[in-house]
Amino acid sequence: MQLFRAHVLVCGGTGCVSSGSKKIQEAITDELVKQKLDKEVKVVETGCHGFCEMGPIVIVYPEGTFYCRVQVEDVSELVSEHLVKGRTVQRLLFKAPVTEEQVPSYRDIAFYAKQQRVALRNCGHIDPEHIQEYIARDGYEGLAKALTSMTPEQVVEEMKKSGLRGRGGGGFPTGLKWGFAAKSPGPKKYIICNADEGDPGAFMDRSVLEGDPHSVLEGMLIGAYAIGADEGYIYVRAEYPLAIKRLRVAIAQAEELGLLGDNIMGTGFSCRLNIKEGAGAFVCGEETALMASIEGSRGMPNPRPPFPAVKGLWAKPSNINNVETYANVPVIFLHGAEKFASVGTENSKGTKVFALTGKLRNTGLAEVPMGISLREIIFDIGGGIMDDKKFKAVQIGGPSGGCIPEQHLDTPVDYDSLIALGAMMGSGGLVVMDETSCMVDVARFFLNFTQKESCGKCTPCREGTKRMLEILQKICDGNGVPEDITTLERLGGVVKNTALCGLGQTAPNPILATLRYFRHEYEAHINDKKCPAGVCSALLEYKIVADNCKGCGACARVCPVGAITGEKKEPHEIDTSKCIKCGSCIEKCKFDAIVKG
Amino acid sequence: MADTVTLTINGQKVTVPAGTMVLEAAQQAGIDIPTFCHDPELSRPGACRICVVEIKGWRNLPPSCVTAVTDGMEVETESDAVVEARRTILELLLANHPEDCMTCQKFGDCRLADYAYRYGIRNTAFIGDKTDFPVDESSAVLYRDMNKCVLCGKCVRVCAEVVGRNVYDFTSRGFSTKVAPALDVGLGEIDESGCVSCGSCVAVCPVGAIVEKNMIGKARPWEVKKVKTTCPYCGCGCGFDLNVKAGKVIGVTSNPDSEVNGRHLCVKGRFGFDFIHSPDRLTSPLIKKDGDFVEVSWEEALRYTTSRLKEIKAQHGGDAMAVLSSARCTNEENYLMNKVARVAFGTNNIDHCARL
Repeated sequence: MQLFRAHVLVCGGTGCVSSGSKKIQEAITDELVKQKLDKEVKVVETGCHGFCEMGPIVIVYPEGTFYCRVQVEDVSELVSEHLVKGRTVQRLLFKAPVTEEQVPSYRDIAFYAKQQRVALRNCGHIDPEHIQEYIARDGYEGLAKALTSMTPEQVVEEMKKSGLRGRGGGGFPTGLKWGFAAKSPGPKKYIICNADEGDPGAFMDRSVLEGDPHSVLEGMLIGAYAIGADEGYIYVRAEYPLAIKRLRVAIAQAEELGLLGDNIMGTGFSCRLNIKEGAGAFVCGEETALMASIEGSRGMPNPRPPFPAVKGLWAKPSNINNVETYANVPVIFLHGAEKFASVGTENSKGTKVFALTGKLRNTGLAEVPMGISLREIIFDIGGGIMDDKKFKAVQIGGPSGGCIPEQHLDTPVDYDSLIALGAMMGSGGLVVMDETSCMVDVARFFLNFTQKESCGKCTPCREGTKRMLEILQKICDGNGVPEDITTLERLGGVVKNTALCGLGQTAPNPILATLRYFRHEYEAHINDKKCPAGVCSALLEYKIVADNCKGCGACARVCPVGAITGEKKEPHEIDTSKCIKCGSCIEKCKFDAIVKG
Repeated sequence: MADTVTLTINGQKVTVPAGTMVLEAAQQAGIDIPTFCHDPELSRPGACRICVVEIKGWRNLPPSCVTAVTDGMEVETESDAVVEARRTILELLLANHPEDCMTCQKFGDCRLADYAYRYGIRNTAFIGDKTDFPVDESSAVLYRDMNKCVLCGKCVRVCAEVVGRNVYDFTSRGFSTKVAPALDVGLGEIDESGCVSCGSCVAVCPVGAIVEKNMIGKARPWEVKKVKTTCPYCGCGCGFDLNVKAGKVIGVTSNPDSEVNGRHLCVKGRFGFDFIHSPDRLTSPLIKKDGDFVEVSWEEALRYTTSRLKEIKAQHGGDAMAVLSSARCTNEENYLMNKVARVAFGTNNIDHCARL
């Protein structure tokens, strides 16, 4: 085996690929050849590091030096300085927000320091297209343990003991679910992986599939053994081409090594896994719709019971879990359920991956132990609010979730506490909003999404989301009336209580939660015809503060409708009847002379 | 599992077989729960949600059509929460429904109107967009206005599960969802749509979204006298109701009590009745005299026919004659015709149109 003195890890996740990591990788490889280092230094394409905003990311081992936003022009310096002379390239290091301090090591960056990576344990550390790298990190050992030393019943028991709950949104105890499917009689059963990640801004499942596909395969195989399935499907959205490619590579490699397919590891246990590409319907993340879609039908949910464990895919008992759930499973069998359960809270064990987005300094993927406070996630890992603005709310759980205000930031993050706050864990989307976010507008954004993605089957969701969206639009347009709030509450309550599937039942959450915590913003829109955050353009008026205006004319030149007039070096004025509230003038003004409100 | 289950519906004790749904248990107890999408002959989508009920200890309002009874279950079918939900769902449906009940063919026989009446929905709180789909008039026999559709999906299911044609499915998503044939072609483009014009979708549509073209503007439901009859077209013996107004048949509708066919008919039975009042229809026997057909009595016609047949048999033998029988006749009638041919005429020359 060839030994290398250093490894250069180049992130090959979708985020870094988009910011040009493929070119960086090629440039590094070329440069190493040029400097005759290619026998000493190995370039490895890894999965996502989660800190996509800082991409393309390059990490040099053994030091673990973390270089970010690397450009092709930086490559020759990086190789000469770091790999030849052993000197860190200071300017490419990550700079901590606020302190501006350079942080050379991966482990010391605040974004990573508070994380505890279980599902993402291998992401960014291994080459996902080489099964040997996964095996070298104890991959497939959990499966071996389960297949050779445990009965299926013991596997289910171990899962129950681990306390793992579904990471896809519902939070149903995984061991219990496996137990139901295991108890269902029948020679043919299916194991299904839900990789139809669709929440706006969420990309944890994509990162796991791209960065560590074998962890999902291994988890599925352990599940298949537990319930008695000999075939499985991974339902992954077609918009994830890299994830699909890496899954195909992983399946082929696992089959070649006898870790997948017939007679796995010589134990007599067989299981084949297939990939089904979804066509982009959000509702196909709902398990009954997902199975309908695999069967070739229109992706529409069906009433439960019967539950998939009794009558699932092709009417056979099936078990369906999410990507992140399966990725956790091998760890449970590798280190034992007790070790896994030692992390987290009483009723929410282990860790959870969140996709941090919004007005944060650090955005990206973060895996944290359950029970951590929202404040720690937002202010420690996320680095706080961008541009020193004031925190307003965090939307958690995607379009099914709710907004949580400042006063609840110290709530521990676990399934039950979040539901008590009117939000939900969901798949782990976490959108942070500052004082410039209008909560009515946020609710409208999510309702627009759910309305478009409603499958149209049940009346409350199909018609109800449409009318809720229309009312929100009306309020944002300044045409709201006081009764609108009661209508929203009534309609939201009925939709929640009567819709067929999870999509409809949770669709009113963004409205109900904002009404609960930010009612005053609705009232300001309706009664005072004001948008306190200055977002809803129909309720805004642009004004020039004469004292600040230097009469430079920049605003008048940029105004697309000629609404701004004034003499040179004299305060200008805005003709509000002409103004289309595009905001270009504010962006252009260097003197803070233009205000909206 | 016990064979029967006892539950309480609106305070009334009801015992039903295990596995029964709450909706049917209520029906057996004489309690009517509204529904659009449920049909005992079809699969259960649990889609319209108008049948929701309140069950003690349950978090949401479950749909009674897909909720199985359990022992000791306490169901309320008209509680405040249930009525509020139903009223809201009706308001939502009405908010996206044309206000043309006055000229709707379904007026007087419309479930949406019935439930709006039952729950006193005078107007809707939700005023906004309405769908504006083009009406499909391409079929020779069906008129489809998807703006009136409540998306109960019964047409989709009856076509797939009973007729086996799979003409319809849901298309688009959200508010734009509609039922359509493949690629949204007109129903009348039969090569693409695959529609055989059996009209089973008409028979199950609870509103005026699919109606019989030939009945439009002809009569209101209460003006029509329904006369149960047996289809004359083939030997199946399908039953249906002739819709008669002022002594004239204006259409055919399914009669669910028909023993042979239930509500299902073929295109001929449901739509092929225009011969009844056709001026070309033969209403008395005719005999050609001096080159012209002349009306005669049945007695004269039969006497003439018998004498001619006898003459032919005497001159040329029985095999000079042949008989072609009809699929419109019953088995018994065809059997008798066979006897006439072989015994009376003395020939084996007998065949039947269904063999062609």
